[in-house]
Amino acid sequence: MELEGENKVKLHGMWASPFSLRVELALKVKGIPYEYIEENLKNKSPLLLKYNPVHKKVPVLIHSGRPIAESLVILEYIDDTWKNGPKLLPEDPYRRAQVRFWTSFLHQQLSESMITVVKTDGEAQESAIKDAFEKLKVVEEGMAELFPATVGSENLGLHGIVMCSILYVFEAVEDVAGVKLMDPEKNPLIFSWVKALFEISEVREIKPDHDKMVGLLQFIRNNALQAPKA
Amino acid sequence: MAEPVKLFGVWASPFSWRVETALKLKGVKYEFIEEDLTNKSDLLVKYNPVHKKIPVLLHKGKPICESLVILEYIDETWKGISILPEDPYERAIARFWAKFIDEKCNHALWTACWSKDNEQEKAIEEACEFLKTLETQLKGNKFFGGETIGFVDIVANFIGFWLGIIQEAVGLELLTVEKFPNLCKWIDNYVNCPVIKANLPPRDELLAYFKARQQPPTGPKY
Repeated sequence: MELEGENKVKLHGMWASPFSLRVELALKVKGIPYEYIEENLKNKSPLLLKYNPVHKKVPVLIHSGRPIAESLVILEYIDDTWKNGPKLLPEDPYRRAQVRFWTSFLHQQLSESMITVVKTDGEAQESAIKDAFEKLKVVEEGMAELFPATVGSENLGLHGIVMCSILYVFEAVEDVAGVKLMDPEKNPLIFSWVKALFEISEVREIKPDHDKMVGLLQFIRNNALQAPKA
Repeated sequence: MAEPVKLFGVWASPFSWRVETALKLKGVKYEFIEEDLTNKSDLLVKYNPVHKKIPVLLHKGKPICESLVILEYIDETWKGISILPEDPYERAIARFWAKFIDEKCNHALWTACWSKDNEQEKAIEEACEFLKTLETQLKGNKFFGGETIGFVDIVANFIGFWLGIIQEAVGLELLTVEKFPNLCKWIDNYVNCPVIKANLPPRDELLAYFKARQQPPTGPKY
């Protein structure tokens, strides 16, 4: 289904950003064609600054010429607007509340944990790793009933999409930081979820190139470790 | 008979007040359970094991946590006044501004009120930038939602009522009518909205509560 003229969908994003990746994944899962515009975050386009003057960040979705910013807001907009294709949120208000709660937890807490593991060494890194494992444990316990026995693009859901977007980098984080984050013994449920999620074709299609990601995380790590301590 | 609704909260908390506002707008009867945050009840810890925070809404025996999640649950569960707009794009705009206020503004305002010296100077500067953004966004409208109170107005309650009181308690003049006329008009509309006016916590008691503290009560989210 081609979207012409008025109904056109454009996405300003960045190849490695979990926030931008989750919007791409949602668009793919819903089967919505879109034009992707890669932003250079060191040299943001005038269009990006025009469409997201408040935060000046990716992702920004443009639909019928109107911009929407903030990844979780965009995901809900996609679900509210395109009624065909898999639903990202369940119908029942209580289940919706559960999905929103856990999506928010993943968004606010898990991403930060993983980046801190990359940016630190020594004791600080050990503490960050411990924190990441604790958060993964909380996610495992809390989200168990949100994950179906067989997960596919049709029941990935908002929480599955956000989880994929954050955990896309875990292999690269492990390589760069020299730690094991996905441990089938420590986090058996998450380990099996991630394995199942990464078999889904739309998820695989969006996954950033591993070597490219390692390069970027190494750069981030070097900068962070060389930066003067406050 | 309707299923009982309970709300675990704190009388002075803007977060549990958001939920009360939504319940009152919808005309939902509820039991308010006052929590002592220095000695959290077993029930609170049981219903919110992840964050152990208020507010927690209990409906049909099932807990819902995080004030913004609760607001959307209330809007989807009970008919009556709509808290979020019907149109998907308008809903997205409302959610965007609610996030901005909840995640950026409130934190900056809180820090500006309670920090000292250099840290306070920086925080005040940042807070003013955010307030300027909101000032522009209001565009002279009665409420963020337009003619009637909605999602963003409910979430902006800290600015609507608490900020003025805390400013007085700590001796800070951040949100003034000279600098932010639209916001001040909005505050006036907010506190005079019938549902809000009839149910706000008593101003003098809140003022005494914040004056009694040299330190902020455990930070923005409590």
